[in-house]
Amino acid sequence: MPANRFNGHTDYGIGLGLRVPHYAHILEKKPVVDWFEIISENFMVDGGRPLEVLDQILEQYQVVQHGVSMYFGSADKPDRAHLKKLKTLVRRTKTPWLSDHLCWGSVDGTFTHDLLPMPYTFAAAKRTAEKIRQVRDYLEVPICVENVSSYAEFHASEMTEWEFLGEVVERADCGILLDVNNIYVSSKNHDFNPYDYLNHVPHDRVGQIHVAGHTKFEKYILDTHDHPVLDPVWKLYAHATKRCGVTATLLEWDDRIPSFDEVHDEALKANAYIGGARAAKKRAAVTAS
Amino acid sequence: MPRPASRPAGLKPPPKHAPQRLHTTADLRTLQRLMTHVLVRPLTDDDRLQPKWIDGRPMAQVAAEFIKPNDRLTSFERLELYNRMYWFRIIDSVYEDNPGLRALLGERRFARLVRAYLAKYPSRSFTMRNLCARLGQFIREEPRWTAPRTAAALALARFEWARTVAFDGEARPVMTPNDIADAPPARLRLGLQPYLSLLAVDYPVDDYTLAVKERDALRGEASHAVEHGPRRATRHKIPPFRRRPIHVAVHRYRNRLFYKRLEAPAFRMLEAIQAGRTLVQAVAAAGRGVTAEQVRDWFATWMELGWFCARPARPKNPRK
Repeated sequence: MPANRFNGHTDYGIGLGLRVPHYAHILEKKPVVDWFEIISENFMVDGGRPLEVLDQILEQYQVVQHGVSMYFGSADKPDRAHLKKLKTLVRRTKTPWLSDHLCWGSVDGTFTHDLLPMPYTFAAAKRTAEKIRQVRDYLEVPICVENVSSYAEFHASEMTEWEFLGEVVERADCGILLDVNNIYVSSKNHDFNPYDYLNHVPHDRVGQIHVAGHTKFEKYILDTHDHPVLDPVWKLYAHATKRCGVTATLLEWDDRIPSFDEVHDEALKANAYIGGARAAKKRAAVTAS
Repeated sequence: MPRPASRPAGLKPPPKHAPQRLHTTADLRTLQRLMTHVLVRPLTDDDRLQPKWIDGRPMAQVAAEFIKPNDRLTSFERLELYNRMYWFRIIDSVYEDNPGLRALLGERRFARLVRAYLAKYPSRSFTMRNLCARLGQFIREEPRWTAPRTAAALALARFEWARTVAFDGEARPVMTPNDIADAPPARLRLGLQPYLSLLAVDYPVDDYTLAVKERDALRGEASHAVEHGPRRATRHKIPPFRRRPIHVAVHRYRNRLFYKRLEAPAFRMLEAIQAGRTLVQAVAAAGRGVTAEQVRDWFATWMELGWFCARPARPKNPRK
């Protein structure tokens, strides 16, 4: 859905991840970009250059926060000091929504700095949803959880990944950041049909979409974010926008990052895949009037 | 080659077996604890998952208890992907933040040091920025990884951590001359900015790091800093890292990193201020032979650099 309660009723277009190699270009040239997604942790610092850059970006652009370390699926309680820093940043950016991953990555206060897959069980879904609610209530901002790419599955799982995602977001009453590249990567690694996944997620909860590039190896695919988006992912994206509506979309490019213009051009390719969804949106507007 | 410590600090012992079913949060924690132990377990010399588990069982057997195989990868191979990604990710981060230490030890010894360090002290912070916070401590605790250059390695590790702190550490409101004009020096206690580190080291770490930077055309700031200036492809030889004690302040000015050499009396005075001494006591700490004019000059420079701030308030009701 283009604007819903999970993305703060905004109607953002096509955005880019804000990355260090592009800082100088953005600050100097001020290119027209619908919005930037920042990695929250890069700016959860106490001072210095990162915050100076962020403030300059905030003067010119709409910014949405995306986190990589909240670990909603970890059994540990949310860390108060972490939440406090995150809330300080939320106040600074005025992000209309905040996203992080449906994963775990820490235990007993030790961090792996990875986005590890969940065991898809009802107990895990319940615990994860509780944490999402706690974090949302503390931060006072809508939350979208992102499906991760994965390379392993647990024997303990009791349902599919998309059933687990649905279970969590319904229990937490939160939104979804639908990463279609991650769906594709996991579908190849775990032998499921990515369209089954897309057709079964609660579409009315999708507040944002991610696209990215990946790398194929002989026996698996890795979510590397170091390539342009591949055709099968764009096709999934087109399907997702038909089901969910034209939704705020972001291209992730995190390694071997080319020039700003190249990354921006790649992101804008999304326009070519959302014609169907745009037409449906127009029809709906005409019908409503 | 020495073996790294087998017990990572902060992690509770792994369960003997993975839970078969997850009914509770405790079951979830047990599974996550087991998998975390697998991930943080050091790689073999050829960067593979270790074939034996902590208790001596084949790792393949342990992996098969909780990870599903598929028709292309065994449970062991699937876990190995995560084990390798964990190590490559955190090693990369430590590499980026320690160009000087890396140049000193050379790639192979530096890699061994980093792996041993992270095996003993896995990350306890949500951000990889803090990965090297205990590297200096580790070098002191386990000098075998850096011998015979332990003192030099320690100096560089402290210096490179100070750079991280200076890059994005907290800045408190700066004290101006007006703020302290009426305060009697015998009672005036100032604070130093939290991002400022004072280092008395036995090696010229600043010169060495700058030489390494020039050689490698490394970026001058911390790992996620903005780059200024073009990269230079020319390669220079790094001068030998010979013992020569220095005093240096690692700080930032207008959000750029700087290293400022200090005379020993000036360093002692700043240390005293940092320790909470009054201004009169700090001047005395500088030592005999320091003139009033020198103190005035130092003070004026430090004030201009914004190094002084109010001392943090003490908690009113400390725990009894």
